[in-house]
Amino acid sequence: MNSSSTLYKRKGPLVVFLVPAFLFLILYLYYPFVQNIINSFSDISGLGSASQGLNDPWYANYAALFNDSKLRTALGNTVILTICTVVFQVGIALILALLVDSIRVGAQLFRTLYFFPIVISATALGLMFNLIFLYPSGMLNQLLMNLGLISEGIDWKSQNHFMATMLTPVMWQYVGFYFVILVTGLNNISPDLYEAAALDGCVGLSKVRYITLPLLRSVLCTCLVLAITGALKVFDLPWVMFGPGMPLDQGWLTGTYMYDQTFNRGNVDYGSAIAMLIVVLGVVLSNIANRVFKPRNDL
Amino acid sequence: MGKKITPAKACTYIVLTLWALTTLYPFVWVILNSFRQRGLIRKDSFSIPLPGSGFTMENYEKAMDRFDFGNAYLSSLIVSVSVTIVVVILAGLAAYGLMRYRFRLRGACYSLIMAGMMFPVFSTIIPVFRMEAAWGIASSGNRWLSLLAVILPQIAGNLCFAIIVLMGFIESVPIELEESAYVDGCHVFQVYFHIIIPAARSSFATVAIFSFLWSYNDLFTQNFFLRVPKEKTITLLLNEISSQAGVDYGLMAASVVLIVIPVLAVYVMLQKHIIKGLTAGAVKG
Repeated sequence: MNSSSTLYKRKGPLVVFLVPAFLFLILYLYYPFVQNIINSFSDISGLGSASQGLNDPWYANYAALFNDSKLRTALGNTVILTICTVVFQVGIALILALLVDSIRVGAQLFRTLYFFPIVISATALGLMFNLIFLYPSGMLNQLLMNLGLISEGIDWKSQNHFMATMLTPVMWQYVGFYFVILVTGLNNISPDLYEAAALDGCVGLSKVRYITLPLLRSVLCTCLVLAITGALKVFDLPWVMFGPGMPLDQGWLTGTYMYDQTFNRGNVDYGSAIAMLIVVLGVVLSNIANRVFKPRNDL
Repeated sequence: MGKKITPAKACTYIVLTLWALTTLYPFVWVILNSFRQRGLIRKDSFSIPLPGSGFTMENYEKAMDRFDFGNAYLSSLIVSVSVTIVVVILAGLAAYGLMRYRFRLRGACYSLIMAGMMFPVFSTIIPVFRMEAAWGIASSGNRWLSLLAVILPQIAGNLCFAIIVLMGFIESVPIELEESAYVDGCHVFQVYFHIIIPAARSSFATVAIFSFLWSYNDLFTQNFFLRVPKEKTITLLLNEISSQAGVDYGLMAASVVLIVIPVLAVYVMLQKHIIKGLTAGAVKG
């Protein structure tokens, strides 16, 4: 687009356009965020209580991050969650998107069905999955017993199974989100390219490998960044299903641990430091993903 | 291409249907079991409850009787509708200004909005709570003020996403349209209301739907500001039921259905806008 037209030469109305929204953002996002950074260096003993000055030493909370074994568990679990999210969520979504792109009848129906879980609240989903994973006779155990695969119910939330039980619903819910983004990316690929490729004898899997995937790269990159930042923030579904750190302090995620420290233990300043860690990790990881996967503009 | 079904095509449909079953069946299962008599869920949860063999409305009666669903729906509606209206108005104006005007801080504004999408809500909620408590709207004991205390941060939380999506759409409105309106003597605000809004109508719908759903479904912010029982929204009510119902699984299933129904209605009516609008924004952003 050429630079602004005559209509947009006079900047006066800009105030009306931008000020209300930015007033909100400054008051409710940027100012609290800065305040949160300050809090992470301060000494605050309870939600309602005022700061009692800076910590001594001022970086005490950040030093404590390194010696906190529960936080280490939380980080470990979150890393597993992030990897699973990237591999399975985006992976399943990609397979489903490629398949839906190859059919005509019913494509719209599949889109609608796949996207559906995303609009349901995590509270409702958590409760639903609690019923599904119920011990000893929830839906899954009944199903497996009816099929004769197991003879008695498995406690899906026990130490041996909790990771799968926690990760599956989170991943299942958001597959549809990445699916829809990828399908749109596929629709944007010009059919002429496929025709030209078909003339050269490039069909089926090699078509996917040499035409579709390279052209889908920037959309895949968007998905990766969204998946990584999303995984770091996961909170409500595990919280509703497991509560604080179940089982036996092994089920923490960065999101649930931060919440528990701040709201259940009144460790406001330490919680702020964990929130900062989440933000920094999100920025660093999504930058790495961008560097590695983002197609260069000259390609 | 003929109508013949090849094995590859059959496999495609089988895989797609299997995944569709995983997204659909759990909800069907919960709905079926919400009509099942107490105790039967643990023995036989897969059959269809028919009158005479386990069908009952008791779970719903109990849920309605023991919990104040009416008030909770009202609270949720007030919060979500207000959030939606304000987000659509503010985000529309901001997206238009950012997309069409060229000014010195434009790049900085855009980066700020992108950064705003990264902040997890836990990193802002404590300062927001203290600020609102100092103003006297948070934890004041007044229902309407408490709802306002939830509405304001939810608006800010949805604004960044809404602005990004709307910018993508406003970009695709042909600028010639606006210029010719200007030549005809339209003021820039008239251009916005008579050209931009009608042209980007479906994206405004998308933003409205998502703001509504995220606000309705949000547990974290609501849990934080609404502590008194009479203030509780539907999401909080469900959270409370899940801790009180104990082993009454029928009651839980019925409550899940009651909270999902409004969302389901919105989704079925508007799913075209939801999917189309979201992707256009996400792929461009």
